[in-house]
Amino acid sequence: MSKKIVATTSLAGCFGCHMSLLDIDERILDLIELVEFNKSPIDDIKTFTKQCDIGIIEGGCCNSENVHVLKEFRKNCKILVSVGECAIMGGLPALRNGIDIKECIDEAYLNGPTAKIGNPEGILPNDDELPMILDKVYPCHEIVKIDYFLPGCAPRADLIWNALVALVTGNALELPYEVVKFD
Amino acid sequence: MGFFSSLFGKKQKPEEVKQEAKHEAPKQEVKREPIVEKKVETPVVETKKVEEIKKENMSDTIKFKIDGKECVGKNGQSILDAAIENGVYIPSLCHMKDVIPAGSCRICQIKMNGRTMAACTTPLTCDCNNLEIENDTPEINEVRKAIVEVLFVEGNHFCPSCEKSGCCELQALGYKYAMLVPRFQYAFPQREIFAASPNLMLDRNRCILCKKCVRIIKDEKGRSVFALKNRGHKLEINIDVDLAKTLSPAIAQKAMEICPVGAIIKKEKGFAVPIGSRKFDLKPIGIGNLN
Repeated sequence: MSKKIVATTSLAGCFGCHMSLLDIDERILDLIELVEFNKSPIDDIKTFTKQCDIGIIEGGCCNSENVHVLKEFRKNCKILVSVGECAIMGGLPALRNGIDIKECIDEAYLNGPTAKIGNPEGILPNDDELPMILDKVYPCHEIVKIDYFLPGCAPRADLIWNALVALVTGNALELPYEVVKFD
Repeated sequence: MGFFSSLFGKKQKPEEVKQEAKHEAPKQEVKREPIVEKKVETPVVETKKVEEIKKENMSDTIKFKIDGKECVGKNGQSILDAAIENGVYIPSLCHMKDVIPAGSCRICQIKMNGRTMAACTTPLTCDCNNLEIENDTPEINEVRKAIVEVLFVEGNHFCPSCEKSGCCELQALGYKYAMLVPRFQYAFPQREIFAASPNLMLDRNRCILCKKCVRIIKDEKGRSVFALKNRGHKLEINIDVDLAKTLSPAIAQKAMEICPVGAIIKKEKGFAVPIGSRKFDLKPIGIGNLN
């Protein structure tokens, strides 16, 4: 059996879910026997070099770059998995969803206590190189079709491990009560 | 007071009541203070009702079945209370024993005679003798799961930052029904937080409008601390700002404990129990892990 190819990314996330993936400890040696990593912060491959089997998405979509990367993942991966609360419901970044976007920008660059010191001229970021901020933070499944969801903040290492093994081997995923948690 | 005693006091002739009401009505408009006394009156009437209903119906015993299990209850008792007494778990977010049911969360729905009913607001009657009630079936549990999902998307339930996480009944039901993602679109409503009380915080982002706090929490003088504001989709829990500022820590603690989610939080202590040891971390919600 050829190795399954896995890609991972962190959109509007904190890399906590990637850390949780590393929390599978010595089982990572077994994982390397089962899968090969492509585009991922783990091996620092920046662009897709081939079609992947499994795409692991951490974080929701808060700017145009997140949307672009997510759509790339959908194009290049057979199966997409939303990992963590941010990918599933926006998470911590989504706390700004009830606040007007101008108010957010003004607070960050003009009115905030550190903004007045660090940005005395009151310059707002406005460059073609910078991704545009979205009106709110979107869960990944509201942008593209997502196949599976692993909740948690971060998802327990056992949950990520169980899910990866189930996807690679084709067996049914076991969800013991202790591993499915929302925090 | 005259107006109230005429309504709830000893029986008077209808004519007398009318006359008194006419005389008293203008006085009430001028005096604003009796509003406080109104609040005292309301719970007294409510508890009377519960006791009366109980006394009237204590005598009859009803035998019925839930998912094939033989159960015994009292005439007039709610099916939910009777089920718990018989060791059958029917999930609920808005019900508490001896409190008038509100039927607001609808998670306790059961099927009797092919009809979906809320177990908390449906009393056992003579017609329920030998009745087969469906409770823990795939069909009903799927609807319950959908209700849990609706409650998650229509508020801002960000579990990782919530003090109640691990002890939250809504979250526990999400675990029970293995909710991985809600099937509905997130609403991200904009809701206000009240934090001006030294002992208590009301975070409406997490509120599921079960109305437990409105029905149960009173201060030492019997005055309501919480009330409902607006109607329809604008409905929200309102708090008596003056009462909240002088609220005792004991009542704040009680309010936090009866709240099924993290909408009411007692201040100055949070995240006291470590992850892994909290109420619903290892043990699902149900009989043996209720309030």
